[in-house]
Amino acid sequence: MAKREDIKHVLVIGSGPIVIGQACEFDYSGTQACRVLREEGIRVSLVNSNPATIMTDPEFADATYIEPITPEFVEKVIAAERPDAILATLGGQTALNTAVALHERGTLAKYDVELIGADIDAIQRGEDRQKFKDIVAEIGGETPRSRVCHSMAEVRETVEELGLPVVIRPSFTMGGLGSGLAYTAEDLERLASLGLTESPVTEVLIEESVLGWKEFELELMRDKRDNVVVICSIENIDAMGVHTGDSVTVAPAMTLTDREYQHMRDVGIDVLRAVGVETGGCNIQFAIHPQTGRMVVIEMNPRVSRSSALASKATGFPIAKIAAKLAIGYTLDEITNDITKETPASFEPTLDYVVVKVPRFAFEKFPGADPTLTTTMKSVGEAMAIGRSFPEALGKALRSMETKAAGFWTTPDPDPVTLDGAIDALRTPHDGRLYTLERALRMGATIDEVHQASGIDPWFIDQIAALEELRAEIIDAPVLDGLLLRRAKRSGLSDRQIAALRPELAGEDGVRTLRHRLGVRPVYKTVDTCAAEFAATTPYHYSAYELDPDAETEVAPQRDRPKVLILGSGPNRIGQGIEFDYSCVHAAMALREAGFETVMVNCNPETVSTDYDTSDRLYFEPLTFEDVLEVVHAEQVSGTVAGVVVQLGGQTPLGLAQRLADAGVPIVGTPPEAIHLAEDRGAFGDVLTGAGLPAPKYGTATSFAGAKRIADEIGYPVLVRPSYVLGGRGMEIVYDEGSLAGYIERATEVSPEHPVLVDRFLDDAIEIDVDALCDGTEVYLGGVMEHIEEAGIHSGDSACALPPITLGKMDLDAVRRSTEAIAFGVGVRGLLNVQYALKDDVLYVLEANPRASRTVPFVSKATAAPLAKAAARVMLGATIAELRAEGMLNAVGDGAELPEGAPVAVKEAVLPFHRFRTKDGQGVDSLLSPEMKSTGEVMGIDYSFGTAFAKSQTASYGSLPGSGKVFVSVANRDKRAIIFPVKRLADLGFEILATSGTALVLRRNGIPCTVVRKHFEGADNIVDLIRAGEVAMVVNTPYGNHGPRVDGYEIRTAAVSRDIPCITTIQGAAAAVHGIEAMIRDDIGVRPLQELQRALRAEMAGE
Amino acid sequence: MSDTSSPAALVLEDGRVFPGEAYGARGASFGEVVFCTAMTGYQETLTDPSYHRQIVVQTAPQIGNTGWNGEDDESARIWVSGYVVRDPARVPSNWRSTGTLDAALVDGGVIGISGVDTRSLTRHLRERGAMRAGVFSGEALRDRDAMVARVLESPKMAGSELAGEVTTAEAYVVPADGERRFRVAAIDLGIKSNTPRMLAARGVETHVLPSTATIDDVLAVEPDGVFLSNGPGDPATADGPVALTRAVLEREIPLFGICFGNQILGRALGLDTYKLRYGHRGVNIPVIDVATGKVAITSQNHGFALAGEPGKPFDTPFGAAEVSHYCPNDGCVEGVRALDVPAFSVQYHPEAAAGPHDAADLFDRFAELMEGNR
Repeated sequence: MAKREDIKHVLVIGSGPIVIGQACEFDYSGTQACRVLREEGIRVSLVNSNPATIMTDPEFADATYIEPITPEFVEKVIAAERPDAILATLGGQTALNTAVALHERGTLAKYDVELIGADIDAIQRGEDRQKFKDIVAEIGGETPRSRVCHSMAEVRETVEELGLPVVIRPSFTMGGLGSGLAYTAEDLERLASLGLTESPVTEVLIEESVLGWKEFELELMRDKRDNVVVICSIENIDAMGVHTGDSVTVAPAMTLTDREYQHMRDVGIDVLRAVGVETGGCNIQFAIHPQTGRMVVIEMNPRVSRSSALASKATGFPIAKIAAKLAIGYTLDEITNDITKETPASFEPTLDYVVVKVPRFAFEKFPGADPTLTTTMKSVGEAMAIGRSFPEALGKALRSMETKAAGFWTTPDPDPVTLDGAIDALRTPHDGRLYTLERALRMGATIDEVHQASGIDPWFIDQIAALEELRAEIIDAPVLDGLLLRRAKRSGLSDRQIAALRPELAGEDGVRTLRHRLGVRPVYKTVDTCAAEFAATTPYHYSAYELDPDAETEVAPQRDRPKVLILGSGPNRIGQGIEFDYSCVHAAMALREAGFETVMVNCNPETVSTDYDTSDRLYFEPLTFEDVLEVVHAEQVSGTVAGVVVQLGGQTPLGLAQRLADAGVPIVGTPPEAIHLAEDRGAFGDVLTGAGLPAPKYGTATSFAGAKRIADEIGYPVLVRPSYVLGGRGMEIVYDEGSLAGYIERATEVSPEHPVLVDRFLDDAIEIDVDALCDGTEVYLGGVMEHIEEAGIHSGDSACALPPITLGKMDLDAVRRSTEAIAFGVGVRGLLNVQYALKDDVLYVLEANPRASRTVPFVSKATAAPLAKAAARVMLGATIAELRAEGMLNAVGDGAELPEGAPVAVKEAVLPFHRFRTKDGQGVDSLLSPEMKSTGEVMGIDYSFGTAFAKSQTASYGSLPGSGKVFVSVANRDKRAIIFPVKRLADLGFEILATSGTALVLRRNGIPCTVVRKHFEGADNIVDLIRAGEVAMVVNTPYGNHGPRVDGYEIRTAAVSRDIPCITTIQGAAAAVHGIEAMIRDDIGVRPLQELQRALRAEMAGE
Repeated sequence: MSDTSSPAALVLEDGRVFPGEAYGARGASFGEVVFCTAMTGYQETLTDPSYHRQIVVQTAPQIGNTGWNGEDDESARIWVSGYVVRDPARVPSNWRSTGTLDAALVDGGVIGISGVDTRSLTRHLRERGAMRAGVFSGEALRDRDAMVARVLESPKMAGSELAGEVTTAEAYVVPADGERRFRVAAIDLGIKSNTPRMLAARGVETHVLPSTATIDDVLAVEPDGVFLSNGPGDPATADGPVALTRAVLEREIPLFGICFGNQILGRALGLDTYKLRYGHRGVNIPVIDVATGKVAITSQNHGFALAGEPGKPFDTPFGAAEVSHYCPNDGCVEGVRALDVPAFSVQYHPEAAAGPHDAADLFDRFAELMEGNR
């Protein structure tokens, strides 16, 4: 069949910013698609608003549009590029929805563009609940039984047949309003009658509940010749009722006989065919009744998904890559299996290991949010682990999470633990339920009791019970001999866990010493898709312990090229996400090109870094000291390790630097001592003092009394935070003594080892972020970013502009001088991020991080300089001068000296507040603060700040408004400056709402406006109006130092929860007006990044 | 497992020893060691007569999770001569489970070994080829040289005629589901329960005959078609079934063969057989139908194969024939078809227990062939 010759140009749609439920798995899939299509000689255009992705790197597509993924903008891209086809099945729900919208508005027909992969009909058949139920019924499968009812009599009759509990879904209500689960007859009467009332057509769907059933998924692929293969089966340990993204999952399925598995496979294949996904991947979920084995189909996604990324990493079968090839006409048998290089992709991977995925949550970031796990996904990331057995993989996955607990027994039990308490806790799905399960078993619960309470399959419970028995054996053994130690390691226990059971071994280091002395070390096996049936050529490894001391390790010797290990960033979490993966991937690309063998170590299955194509070798391993040290050892046996890169993966690898160095591992780039200089407040203070750089006054306290003394001395407001943090964890602005006392009380871990930092808070300052590169003799400023928001919001949560829009040359010179002084003073080799606050013409240093920052990809794209690649080279000995000469960096100048004609890039944060609810169902507090809460970001780029800003807002919120009500409330000092922009808005037809003070000024200047109440002035105030959806945009500048700024925060909170733009600076207001005008004129153009960068580079070179 | 664990060893004829723990029955047993890459269906695998005199290594590490049930046996007993696994389940979990795998092995007297680095073992077999081996535990566990010597004394697979050891002693009939449409004489060379079941579902009354059946025995059934089953051993030894097949072809009675039956039909058509280095044993093996180019994911279990070239017609005493199916992994012949007489066969298992059901339509083709021959 081979490739279609009529497709010469494909537009790939990405998934936009990272949000809960849609993360970097789509960067992985999109990157693979772009790579594959270009290898096939097809022109690739790409649209994606997320700058932190690898796929939006200019070298991955022919034309990369970092533009909002809205039908309007994508249509502009189509008009500019005129592609033959669109591939929308690799960009998550965002891309799929956009494709449907493009179809509905006639764009696809107008430009004669074909949707490849899944067509509109297939997408709709997969997504429409009723159509899907009908399809499953047609092929002889089952979905949960249900009936549409119009009266309570009908409801009762239906329930008599289905039995309780049932799910009640009112028809045509917004956002699932009125739906619920009825366990009792009383529940049913209440919920169903409410549902009938809520429904505008007096109609409810009564559906059989599958809560507590076993949950499975299949990942399937189909080609145009109708060949279908199952890539992977996944079993959820958490029963139905917990979103699969929030469940602990296992691949392959562990508790199905062949008969049941083949039945599932048959139904899955029939569903895929009936839905009509022509080519590509899809994911189907099943529920199985644990006692009767009855199987129902829950849903399907006619596209690649988070699960398919997991399945790809779990099996070594790259679903997205193959999907891209199938979309352009190849059949499965025409595609070679990358790993064996001999056999075709038309087969079903078979595993000789077990894979466990564990979700990572961030409830601590959202106080008040209900941590109960439900069918709404709440996790922000995940880690995967591979082991030769379930317990081994589970142990590795749990210690990959980088939570306080790193596997069983590593933290004290919450007291008091009782048998009944533990069993009772198991009834509600929650983060860390397997820890609760282990405790219940330890307290004496039987497997059946645990099964009854949790719905978890007895096989999994027994696996943990076996660990429990092993624990007792380890504790009771007179000495820890080689065999017992080997059995412990083979069951996935870390040195740290064993140390917790055997205190006399003096901790993890003692266990390791003993282990090495007894020769108990892991072997490394290979993920090869075929359970060793064929030779694998791809070194994709995982560690395992075997009982046989002579067990074989599969790491091949390689002595020709020096090796560099790159430590990744582990599971995504708020504050440490895809941006760090970007830097790690860049390091791998640059160092491979520079002649090194690159070795990636990471445990995040969503990422590009864990694609076996990215580095020369991949170790899918937890990023703990123990696991990394063993990988280093294995690679040292294989050849020469030139160094380990720790500064690109965020705080995770950076935190390992000192211990690795102490263990004799060569750390390249900024040495651990220098890292310490930047991270230790006292030492860093000395660096600043030595260089004559001002910093906000601060002090370190280990008690409330100490904190109060410092605050009194430097004056309120103060910024308080624990030392050594990432993403502003636990950081707060405190305005008075009472709040300070409250903070210290909440921060229970305050101790001499964990002091609290108290800083003067610079109210009303301009915040500036700098990413710089230092080789020891020269500092290259990658970019200087000016925050658009007021100070006091975490840099990760605030919008910023590059080049800075209001800073003058003197300010920039000060930034350069200060950054150089810090880079040299600390001793940076590689990347450095510095945050400054500019207040009253004084540049204060807030903090410096000697590592890649979140903004590295944004800066690299905006300034056409690949900072992470350059940093990796610098770490391995290249100088900035050499990199300039090579052309990697600009020959002259740097990111702080962008020419006048340079494009303006705006970064905007994307926040997850709408995902969370309190126990009683209310929205959580969406206050922005110094603690980071955003999950992702977008970039708007254009030749003027206004349009760039408009794009950033469109990409993150949906759009700037074209009409409606704008609320204006500004500080006195801003009143003069706001007149002109507001006048313009009024002229454009917006209705202006204002608080009384602002209204007075506006009316005097001939701007008609309506007065609304402030938040504390009673009912129908501005916050109520915003919540009611009556306001299209908010312009609210802070009132300065006159007391707490709560009113502004309340307004912002309301705006965020309604997803409307909230402008907090005059610059922002002017920008928004500029953007709105451009939108109304409809002359916002789209430009490929390649073109923008080419022009910028030419201009910088003085051409 | 831990407190009762006792050592065991898997000893290969090339002298390599894989240590482990005793599993199932204790003692010593011998056979050809082969690996199976299926992740599901250990019960079907163990009871598949084609595994007679083989020591089966499961590459999937967690085995026994779903226990043992009364429904999934593919014959009346476990046939493997030894069983090699990494991590056996302690507590099985499945709504159909009535016992544990361990108990089934003990009951069947099957000597197993657990805790083996099965991946290293598989890689070894992949490189060196399937070979003779022994599983030793309990009192049979001796020093290495003594165990290797015993392995070397055991018979080789090549040249072994085994169908006679697994075939039914007496002929028996499996009735059709519902109305009988066809009558088939099935030659039991190691037939699996699911085959007559699949035939029955298509209205076939199956007369299962011993492997020694003559053409007269077959004709006595007045069959609409003849079926050649799967089975163990070296096809080069199966002269009796080959002669029978030629007699069937001469009479132009529709014939369908699977696995061992494919090798028999191939030989009857004049092709040679050879031993594969380590065989095809799994449920994920792609097969391409030369006529349509379509891929089926198939269940396979064979150590021998027919020599031939996909798609190329060849002359036979019964007119032209062709290699109709092949495996894209290695080009191995996976099916042959006579073009002038109604006969075809495949090397894989359309009855697929364990395994995917992609090839189940071959039974329909057999039914069509019989229908067309009326």
